[in-house]
Amino acid sequence: METLLPLLLIVAKSLLLIILGLTAIAYYLLADRKIWAAVMLRKGPNVVGPWGIWQSFADMIKFMVKEPIIPTTANKGVFMIAPLVTAALALSAWAVIPVNDGWAIANLNVGILYIFAISSLGVYGIIMGGWASNSKYPFLSALRSAAQMVSYEVSIGFVIITVLLCAGSLNLNDIVKAQDTQWGMLGWYWLPLFPMFVIFFISALAETNRPPFDLVEAESELVAGFMVEYSSAPYLLFMLGEYVAIITMCALLVILFCGGWLPPFHNEYLDQVPGVIWFVLKLTWFFFLFAMVKAFVPRYRYDQLMRLGWKVFLPLSLAAVILVAGVLQFAGFAAQ
Amino acid sequence: MSVATAFFYLFSIITIASAAMVIVGRNPVHSVLFLILAFVSAAGLFVLTGAEFLAMLLVVVYVGAVMVLFLFVVMMLDVDFAQLQKTVGKYLPVGGLITLVVLAELVLVVGSWNVAPESVLSTPTPAGLSNTAALGQVLYTQYAYLFQAAGLVLLTAMIGAIVLTLHHRPNVKRQDISAQNARTRATAIENKHVPSRTGVPVP
Amino acid sequence: METLQLALVHALPEVILAIGVIAMVLVGAFRGKPDDGPMSEIAVVLLGAALVAIVLKTPGVSGVVFDNAFVDDRFGDFMKALALIGSIVTLLMAGDFFRGEGINKFEFPILVVLATLGMMMLISANGLIALYLGLELMSLALYVTAALSRDDARASEAGLKYFVLGALSSGMLLYGASLLYGFSGNVSFAGIAAAIGDHPNVGVIFGLVFLFTGLAFKMSVVPFHMWTPDVYEGAPTPVTAFFASAPKMAAVAIATRVIYTAFPGATHQWQQIVIFMSIASMALGAFAAIKQDNIKRLMAYSSIGHMGFALVGLAAGTEEGVKGVLFYMAIYLVMTLGAFAAILSMRVNGKPVEKISDLSGLDNTNRPMALFIALLMVSLSGVPPLAGFFAKWYVFLAAVQANLFTLAVIGVLCSAVAAFYYWRIIKVMYFDDAAPAFDKPSLTLRAVLAVSAVSMLLYWVYPAPLVQAADSAAKSLF
Repeated sequence: METLLPLLLIVAKSLLLIILGLTAIAYYLLADRKIWAAVMLRKGPNVVGPWGIWQSFADMIKFMVKEPIIPTTANKGVFMIAPLVTAALALSAWAVIPVNDGWAIANLNVGILYIFAISSLGVYGIIMGGWASNSKYPFLSALRSAAQMVSYEVSIGFVIITVLLCAGSLNLNDIVKAQDTQWGMLGWYWLPLFPMFVIFFISALAETNRPPFDLVEAESELVAGFMVEYSSAPYLLFMLGEYVAIITMCALLVILFCGGWLPPFHNEYLDQVPGVIWFVLKLTWFFFLFAMVKAFVPRYRYDQLMRLGWKVFLPLSLAAVILVAGVLQFAGFAAQ
Repeated sequence: MSVATAFFYLFSIITIASAAMVIVGRNPVHSVLFLILAFVSAAGLFVLTGAEFLAMLLVVVYVGAVMVLFLFVVMMLDVDFAQLQKTVGKYLPVGGLITLVVLAELVLVVGSWNVAPESVLSTPTPAGLSNTAALGQVLYTQYAYLFQAAGLVLLTAMIGAIVLTLHHRPNVKRQDISAQNARTRATAIENKHVPSRTGVPVP
Repeated sequence: METLQLALVHALPEVILAIGVIAMVLVGAFRGKPDDGPMSEIAVVLLGAALVAIVLKTPGVSGVVFDNAFVDDRFGDFMKALALIGSIVTLLMAGDFFRGEGINKFEFPILVVLATLGMMMLISANGLIALYLGLELMSLALYVTAALSRDDARASEAGLKYFVLGALSSGMLLYGASLLYGFSGNVSFAGIAAAIGDHPNVGVIFGLVFLFTGLAFKMSVVPFHMWTPDVYEGAPTPVTAFFASAPKMAAVAIATRVIYTAFPGATHQWQQIVIFMSIASMALGAFAAIKQDNIKRLMAYSSIGHMGFALVGLAAGTEEGVKGVLFYMAIYLVMTLGAFAAILSMRVNGKPVEKISDLSGLDNTNRPMALFIALLMVSLSGVPPLAGFFAKWYVFLAAVQANLFTLAVIGVLCSAVAAFYYWRIIKVMYFDDAAPAFDKPSLTLRAVLAVSAVSMLLYWVYPAPLVQAADSAAKSLF
């Protein structure tokens, strides 16, 4: 019985996180559309509820009650599993993300590696969906995404290594704590590792297939990419997975570079604010940036995308790993 | 039965079942997907034994990179499976014989196997060190030579792949990114005043 | 820190090659041209430096470093020197051929250096992991060189065949290695020997068998020889020369080392395997070569046969036997390099030819070349007083001393059969009508051919250096 109790506790925590997370996603999705619309001088969704605040829920109900259509030539098993894989993987990354000191479902020693592993699995949902649809555009999209995500994972990996070298731990909680210095927000890693911060931000866009790297969907070329054949609930799961992955990347930016739940400066007032508020604020700020990039930047050509990943980011981040390791070693900052 | 034991059996069963499905599966893409499942549950087994770093590496390297490329290749293959099934029968007698021999050997080997008691007791991680740190401390000291040798093997594989696939074809138009980036408004756009009803010569 | 420096001193030749080859990759990549340019020469200098480091090493200095993974002894030095000589001579001979064929890529010298580095690591391996890594480093580079001439269907086939079968054999070797580790709880050879004691159990024996399967593939001895003729025929000729020379040194060396350092307690078990492989290889090498009309295929079967003879010495299981093996490999190396210098010289109007009939009447068109080839063939067949005879003499003597009379007798008989096809080449050269004359070979090829042929002839005049080196090398293993 005493072994079962912690298990139940974990289940309860997970359920709480999922409910809160999904509600948040609904509003992040709305915010995304609103920001995009504002940049384009439109109003965006404003019919369902005041300022359209119930729009996401209306969409959700619509997707859930509509009939899912499975193409006759599709590989049915894989076709149905693909969106599940995407959504489940995206959600499971949140198991290790600390929203406040110690507030994580699992305080894993290799937390950052876990997130990296989960996000590298994200590509499977897309590949499986694209292949199982048994249709040209989804397949092309799947191939594009496989190459794209594998390429950008490499540089993300190296950027993460530079942070690990500075923090001396793979535990997300410890990484945030390592940024807790007397210089406040100037001591967070975004400043000393600024080039890596930029590379990580751009790679995160590519890893989540966000514009300007949304070659996977690329309406003008591939209609809707791997989602062409999907409808109703499976489509909803894909969208959900995609947005959760974006939020995860924002959370990683917060944890790795912007001090997680830490206040920008330590003083008696700022320290009173709960850490989770700081975390959500920073997260929202990065999501705003993601949305702005989507609104501003024209889509990359595929060869430009590959060039950026392999010929610019990879050498830069590799050099940075060596540089950071060298500085830490010879300047005496090496983690014990 | 503790929770860990339950998970051990769960992961073991999934690993073995999906490994079997890799071989039995008729569709190679399904085989690869089952192989991925086998890797992931093997990673789960690693976590249960306390080798969390290895578990994550298994997922990152094999599932996240190697198998993606594998899947990539398998999806592109245009293999006639019906034809493939027919030819299997031709090799079945020889293959079956070899299988039987290997199986007999395995039975013999396993039959003579007894677990050394001290090997069970040894812990993978020295006290006071995280799994990752413990691995790093032997990898870069005790096994430095082997680590470097493995690096050279990978370098050779990389050179080999490039030698065998890189073709320098002449007369191919390539994207020159720096030239594209260097374009300015002045070099790209020319404003012409066109009088009505005359037009301009098209170059 | 001091142990690291000590280790680096022991592994100095390997360190030279490893650092040098990375520098070569950088030079090649930043030169920006696909042709070989000075890369061949750089590689030769590099390999030469490693050879000098081995030769000038303080005698008697030996040691096990890198946590039991790497052993530095006279035996290793001897075989490494042979492997290096094989690589150097191959590179010297290769340049003209590749330029003529238009496949003079700068990666070839790099791959040869990497393969040689793998061989040296293999020769010095003192544990299963080091063995596997050295073997893979060597093999991967060799697979690629076999398929270097991509547009040639035969070369691609050779590369693919070699790779697929090689991967299979590596798998078997790994399986054997894991069995050995599982049953002895050790990866170092000495640890395995200690764990086995005098009574190897079934698991260890299976491990031994699988390990030898992998090694036998690299030595190309029967029954793991199937790839040899096709790969030798399909690969570009300098690559074939390389395959026939240096990697065999490494494979035989590691087989010897494994036998004597890891399985002294399982003599009965490995002896059976080695004797079987030896007899089968000698017989196949002798009989299958008779019908060949392509000289590269003929050399393939010849090399299978010669590996069989070398294994006779190994089967003896004595210090004399090891000495015989070392001796055999040294002389085999010189003969093979000479023979391939001759094959590389076979060009008519700038095109390489490789039929035995193309040698017809060579005596009329190029008398010195015919004479040198004849000398090499006589030596390969093992007729006194040429060096090939002494090589065979030593291994058979060791076998007889170890009471392996049957093996020695079968060896002599196979040797007599094999003489037939070697002598047939002499007959073709001297008594058949003249085929179109060959182009004048390059100075390097002529030099290699002449030096190897003359050294075969004059070996008995001054055998002392080789005998002494082989002697001290064999001693270091016991």
